[in-house]
Amino acid sequence: MRPRLEARIGVSGAMVYVTPVLAVVLTMACGSVLFAALGHNPAAVLYAFFVQPISSAYGLAELTIKATPLVLCAIGLSFGFRANIWNIGAEGQLTLGAIAGGGLALWAGDDASVWFLPAMIIASLLGGAAWAAIPAYLKTRFNANEILTSLMLTYVAILLLSYLVHGPWKDPDGYSFPQSRMFADSVLLPLLTMGTRLHLGAPIALLLALAAWWVMARMFVGFQIKVVGLTPAAAGLAGFSVRRLTWITLLTGGALSGLAGLFEVAGPIGQLLPSISPGYGFTAIIVAFLGRLHPLGILLAGLLIALSYLGGETVQIELGLPLAVSGVFQGMLLFFLLASDVLVRYRIRWGRSVIVQEAG
Amino acid sequence: MKTSFIKRGAIWLGAAAVSAAMTTAAWAEPLKVGFVYVGPVGDHGWTYRHDQGRKAIDKAFGDKVKTTLVESVKEGADSERVIRQLAASGHKLIFTTSFGFMNPTLKVAKSFPNVRFEHATGYKQAKNVSTYAARFYQGRHIAGLIAGKMTKSNVIGYIGSFPIPEVVRGINATTLALQKVNPKATVKVVWVNTWYDPGKEGAAAKALIDQGADVIMQHTDSPAAIQAAQERGVWAVGQASDMTHFGPKSHLTAIIDVWDNYYVARTKAVMDGSWKSDDTWDGLKQGMLQMAPYNAAIPADVLAMAKKAQANIIAGTVHPFAGPIKDQMGKEKVPAGKNLDDGSLLSMNWYVQGVQGKLPK
Amino acid sequence: METLTAVLITVIGAATPLVFAATGELVAEKSGVLNLGVEGMMLLGAVAAFAVALTTGSATLGILAGAAAGAALALVFALLTLTLLANQVASGLALTIFGIGVSALIGRSFVGVPLQRLPQLDLPGISDLPILGPLLFSHDALVYLSILAIPATIWFLERSRAGLILRAIGENHQAAHALGHAVIKVRYLAVMFGGAMAGLGGAYLSLAYTPMWAENMTAGRGWIALALVVFATWRPGRLLLGAYLFGGITVAQLHIQGFGFDIPSQFLSMLPYLATIAVLVAISADGARARLNAPASLGRIFYPEA
Repeated sequence: MRPRLEARIGVSGAMVYVTPVLAVVLTMACGSVLFAALGHNPAAVLYAFFVQPISSAYGLAELTIKATPLVLCAIGLSFGFRANIWNIGAEGQLTLGAIAGGGLALWAGDDASVWFLPAMIIASLLGGAAWAAIPAYLKTRFNANEILTSLMLTYVAILLLSYLVHGPWKDPDGYSFPQSRMFADSVLLPLLTMGTRLHLGAPIALLLALAAWWVMARMFVGFQIKVVGLTPAAAGLAGFSVRRLTWITLLTGGALSGLAGLFEVAGPIGQLLPSISPGYGFTAIIVAFLGRLHPLGILLAGLLIALSYLGGETVQIELGLPLAVSGVFQGMLLFFLLASDVLVRYRIRWGRSVIVQEAG
Repeated sequence: MKTSFIKRGAIWLGAAAVSAAMTTAAWAEPLKVGFVYVGPVGDHGWTYRHDQGRKAIDKAFGDKVKTTLVESVKEGADSERVIRQLAASGHKLIFTTSFGFMNPTLKVAKSFPNVRFEHATGYKQAKNVSTYAARFYQGRHIAGLIAGKMTKSNVIGYIGSFPIPEVVRGINATTLALQKVNPKATVKVVWVNTWYDPGKEGAAAKALIDQGADVIMQHTDSPAAIQAAQERGVWAVGQASDMTHFGPKSHLTAIIDVWDNYYVARTKAVMDGSWKSDDTWDGLKQGMLQMAPYNAAIPADVLAMAKKAQANIIAGTVHPFAGPIKDQMGKEKVPAGKNLDDGSLLSMNWYVQGVQGKLPK
Repeated sequence: METLTAVLITVIGAATPLVFAATGELVAEKSGVLNLGVEGMMLLGAVAAFAVALTTGSATLGILAGAAAGAALALVFALLTLTLLANQVASGLALTIFGIGVSALIGRSFVGVPLQRLPQLDLPGISDLPILGPLLFSHDALVYLSILAIPATIWFLERSRAGLILRAIGENHQAAHALGHAVIKVRYLAVMFGGAMAGLGGAYLSLAYTPMWAENMTAGRGWIALALVVFATWRPGRLLLGAYLFGGITVAQLHIQGFGFDIPSQFLSMLPYLATIAVLVAISADGARARLNAPASLGRIFYPEA
């Protein structure tokens, strides 16, 4: 008797919620073995990893700040992934958004009017979208694969930012160090609570997630995206333009990633630096799939992944665990989350199958 | 020369330990000292050396201190959170060891007036924020002198990371010393746009060698350039750590970062209440940088010259940026008889005569 | 002329890890599996190869360990995506996070330790020929292996029965399954081959190109390898060309700087990426052919329908 998987008819409503919990529990169990083997008290590590970072209002605010760019990028990417457009260059689009919006902030100068902030937001949306327009154009016009073009453009974007902060946008009073002037306070994102760094970007990201949900569920373009992703042939028959959807999904993804970039530089950072993102654009790809490409799922996945980064910092500070151990633990968490997803659409059966059902 | 440093260091550490023991009573709980690193401890370069300094604190004070490190903290939104978390969790002294941590450090310092902060390589101080850096250019001066004597092709290859003042200063110090002993020699610079990518650093070294360089200098972290030099049979000068064992034949010397003494001293200062905000820029004299053992293949007269230069820098009779200094356009930057001041050194963004190519602006 | 030879040898060094990793990924993708975890597998291969070569003193054992470690990590990926039907893109990225962590953990005691470079296999007489000698006949075993891997892969995919089955599975797994081919088994093997080759790419870095171990020493080469597979439109011959083009431009831009051109180095550093895009666009413009080469089932989850 061997266990095997049998497709469910549709998805299991219960498993949608059970599997993430199951995955976290399994991760904790395996992690405990790892931590014990390295000579640490598993309970203390797990507490420091999952609970301590969010045991204060400040911690919760930090969690939200960390999750905001991940959620924004992931939502943008999820449109494309649903339509089988493989944009993996969100990091570059984020960078261009930061350059466009941040450049405007620098141009506005020290006594900038508050009205520059909305302009910066628009600039960042346009900047990110423009960077994503290159893969879109090359794909629709020359059939060039977007995996390669979007990835390569990420490196180009980061080097462009490096050039700007080492060169023309360098702070003239900054002893030639590679960073721009600080943005004027008036163009920074307003803070929401005293004593934390929680900024206006977080609720905007939340609103955008809800909007994305509405688009995918209620609007015709959402329906088209889903059809193209599931059965490209049917889309052709139904007369949807794959070309148009390529443009729409890539531009949306680019714009939201660009916005994420602006929220970093006009939020917690407050200036342009050579490195503005610790790889949010790449991590967001995982967030998008962990959230099952669903805007609300992405919100939760973004918070969980953000927590895993905060937890990684906390176990270093509180228990002296090296970052490498957090990386291994984080990898395990992702493995279990991704693997347990199987139970949503399949059930485990023992023995030979009698009836085989269509995959849901 | 090196042994005397080590001896001095040992005496110093001993003294620190004794005085630490004397102030134990005042500290029922161990003093918590935090470190924020920009790279992994395992980079064997910049971060690795800072972590050696952290270990020196552990060694000097034993269970009177508890040191904490957070590695690979990206310059950006993350650093402020990490620094704040260290401050909030009872760390009384926090070292932030990358330039990009400057503004976050100052921000956190404002909300924790009773915590002392030490920011490496920055220029903004506050009541509870000190800055510190090493005068690595002094070591570059010595390396430049040796290179000038060792080169046959009169081309020195220099691998730059990013065109920041620290790196430009090193290139200029090398070039000035080089031309002092060998006016025909010039410096060729290649920027790799990374602090750390062994493959690319090795390729840059080989490119420079192929363009005629027979001494390779680097301002990047990995020993790949030393290996490349060894393979191609040219000389090289290491950075951050003693890299002799990566290329025993090619390794002329290395400029070693030694934060140990400074870290121990600042920790002690917090313990005995004498800590105050300061701007430290130490050099060979204080042992914040040391020269790795010189290659046995260096001729006696060259070695003597290097050692004399080292002694003179320590004694203060020789300044690596002594005038006259001309920039690439031939414009006099420092007149004869004057030394370039620290402010100009700190913000250096021009090449001296003898460097090939233009400084990217 | 001697200089040109030296430059070309540097290019070979820069390209070899890419050739290994990209060839492995190409075979995995031809079977219909997209594994974005190349960077993680390379790193684990690099640290395993270094650790074993250092402790046993045998470079051969080190190379084997690198391949085995890469394959072992690929097995985790295969288990996730083929048996447990997890999403391939996300699992690959998770694999990289995991691989960076594990390799750093294993490598802690090997930081800053030197290792004898992988020996060059000199052929007496032939290796001393001017130009051709050093260019063609004085490399280490891994360089030759990487070059040989290309015709071997072409032969396997185009000529062998197993290769035909592998491609059929990558084109249409349901049809291949209906014909009685073991879709999952073949994909397991292809993914593990991909891992072993990525491990060899890592081993080349830590044993030959820059014989040392340091955290994250692959510095993004796994991602470039992934891009090269797309660049090559899933053809091994073009892949070799792509890897050498990328390595060549990387080295060339360092030389351009050395000549003292007044161009900011950041722009020169962009050249390899921009050139890759430009060449891909040129190749892909003939749309129909490029599409034919892409495995149609790439990245899709296989569950037998009947």
